[in-house]
Amino acid sequence: MTLAPSRAAAAGAPTGARQRPRRASRSVTGRWSRISYLFVSGYVLFALAFGILPTLYAVRMSFTHDDGTFAGLTNYVDAVQDFRFLPAVGHVAAFVGVWLVSLLVLVTVLSLMVHAIGRAWLSSSVRFVYYIPGALAGAASVVLWLFLLNPTVSPVSAVLRAFGFSTFVETIAPGNLPVIFAVIAFWSGAGGWIVVMYGALNSIPVEVLEAARLDGAGAVRTALHVQLPMLRKWISYMAIMSLAAGTQLFVEPRVLSQASHAVVPNDYSLNQLAYLFAFKQGDLNGSAAIAVLLLLVTLVLSVFFVIRGGLFERD
Amino acid sequence: MTTEHPRGAASPLRHLVVAATAAVTLLALAACGSSTSPSASKSDGSTSAFGFAPVKQDSSAAITVWVDATREAAAKQFQKAHPEVPIKVETYDGGADGSGSFQTKVEAFNQAGSGWPDVVFSTQNNEAAWASQGKDAFAAPLDKGYLDKSFLDGFTPGALAPVTVDGTVYGLRNDLAPTVTWYDTALMKQFGYTVPTTWEAYQALGEKVGKEHPGYIVGTVGDSFAPEIYFWGAKAPVNVVKGTDQFSANTSDASSVKMATLIDDLLKSGSMAKESVFSPEFVQKYTGKVLMMPGPVWYSGALFNNPSSLKSAPGTIAAGLPLGWDGQQAVAGNVGGGTWYVSRHSANLEAAKKLIEFVTSDPSYQVDLAQGLPAYKDAGDKWLAKQAASGFFAGDFAKNVSAAASEVWDGWGYPRFSQEAVWAKTVTPALSAGKSLVDTLPEWDKAIKNQAQANGYKVK
Repeated sequence: MTLAPSRAAAAGAPTGARQRPRRASRSVTGRWSRISYLFVSGYVLFALAFGILPTLYAVRMSFTHDDGTFAGLTNYVDAVQDFRFLPAVGHVAAFVGVWLVSLLVLVTVLSLMVHAIGRAWLSSSVRFVYYIPGALAGAASVVLWLFLLNPTVSPVSAVLRAFGFSTFVETIAPGNLPVIFAVIAFWSGAGGWIVVMYGALNSIPVEVLEAARLDGAGAVRTALHVQLPMLRKWISYMAIMSLAAGTQLFVEPRVLSQASHAVVPNDYSLNQLAYLFAFKQGDLNGSAAIAVLLLLVTLVLSVFFVIRGGLFERD
Repeated sequence: MTTEHPRGAASPLRHLVVAATAAVTLLALAACGSSTSPSASKSDGSTSAFGFAPVKQDSSAAITVWVDATREAAAKQFQKAHPEVPIKVETYDGGADGSGSFQTKVEAFNQAGSGWPDVVFSTQNNEAAWASQGKDAFAAPLDKGYLDKSFLDGFTPGALAPVTVDGTVYGLRNDLAPTVTWYDTALMKQFGYTVPTTWEAYQALGEKVGKEHPGYIVGTVGDSFAPEIYFWGAKAPVNVVKGTDQFSANTSDASSVKMATLIDDLLKSGSMAKESVFSPEFVQKYTGKVLMMPGPVWYSGALFNNPSSLKSAPGTIAAGLPLGWDGQQAVAGNVGGGTWYVSRHSANLEAAKKLIEFVTSDPSYQVDLAQGLPAYKDAGDKWLAKQAASGFFAGDFAKNVSAAASEVWDGWGYPRFSQEAVWAKTVTPALSAGKSLVDTLPEWDKAIKNQAQANGYKVK
């Protein structure tokens, strides 16, 4: 699960409120447009090889038996009726719900706060500090959290005990897991988004903010009525990327499962279930069906965010 | 924010057509690509002198050996004794707590059609149930000509039962892991207690300890293998396997309920811990406070005689006989006891054979270094004699441990899934949250049966 926005993704992000003179787009010559095809070709090739092709292969597998004959919806029915499917849907939904809301709200608030810091050195050091945890790759950050979550060895055991957790098993009780995974994911991924949002805030013209101030708007009103609406696309972009990453929850429960001697089940998330279908039960077709279902849900939700966020509208 | 219609409405449509065409082409390509199975060319169905069709052999090929961290010593010892055999040692979790990593990795290699390790060690004794089955079966049969009968006969009777499927032996047992009743002779004497020999007396003692010596414990249910200590040892029919596809579990059976009540009772009195023996909190809270603890024989080296665990004083810890219900024959449970498998895909079966014979029977590993009771009879006897001679354990250690090894209840099966993982995810959090085990039994029952069904068993 990639939680931090990748550099490529950030580069491909909408250009926000930057005003581009309309004449420029008309002056694009054939030569330039051909070069632009060259620029995107690398992405297209990789997207085909590692995105589109495997997806189509999975769709095909999900509608066939393991001998290649057409199976109709059998794999889907079997997967959905599996006793682990609905609990896994519930787990992932709870996690994505907690995480997405906290990510969107906190990242936006923190970015606005960091942006409001007047001193350049302080602002850049704060952004750097936020970004550091993102440098730890998924599994490594979970291992770090294993220590933080165990009251016996945790440097913040006082906090855990204040919540009434005196053992590791109490900390990782099933009801706490969505919040725990959300905290881990937020901690390792939010810094990258804060940097991205900070960049977006910088792209808001100074004149606009000045005009707001002249009209008597304070920091909060400026944030609410000027900055936030201009950040709408960025926020929905963050929502889509995080949603796609969040529904693919895998590394955190997997590592936590091994570390907790299986108290965190190894079939906690949908991706784990797909993994078990494929490699524990040898049912690759059922596994493909789960993957396709996951894709469908993410697609539908992404379309919602795209439309509501005005992501494809031009400024 | 102003919006504008995209220029040239035809352009997105064109892209869509291109994408759709590409999609159809790719789908067709994918369909062609998968029509040949990667393993089809490997096995022609013929059988050889070994009872399976080996791949082309190469006596100089390096063999890949998977071990858990503890068994790395076995592989190292082999390298020392046989420097002429090229081996590559890789460590993994050993399948601990039913993680299933052995199976999931092998399934991935089956898909890829290559990459299998030659020899694998697993801490779980139910791997043969899947490794021997299917068209891509991983484990090589060992008693159809590959290993000598005289060598196989050297194992303690019954030791190979978990790795025997439909009468064929698919693996070698590393160690035997019967449960015994560990107790601290010094504490027993200090408190003036006598060692119980039945579960009923054990329960009564636990209640007394809870009242008279709070903080001291007579056992723990915090580990994923707790059902193998308590329910296996109580003859509870919650893991019954018949043939290769029949499974039944009954948690409302009298023995199951009696054991659950016993555990609830002791949890309530405070003399039963909820922590895993491998957790730092267990060592912190209970070092010097373990009055009794039913558990596998490998607790000897893993907990008591281990400076980084309980670090018991020499001459204090004794292994008592397994407990039984009042008026019934006592039986032992069993927790793991590692197993070794050879891959059918190995290109150097001769080297693999040398290795598994060495690690299971050679005294330089099994007697000198191994933590648990060796399954190979000769090494086992020597290991017991060595433990007795060391004077670390009090009482008649060798006699009681051998007795327990021959009393393992045979009503507990070895299905294709892990009872440990089911217990850990359903029962452990419930007990931790203060729920009673008796109340959790229906939930546990359902979880076991669901797991059995998902793994292809007909469940009764």
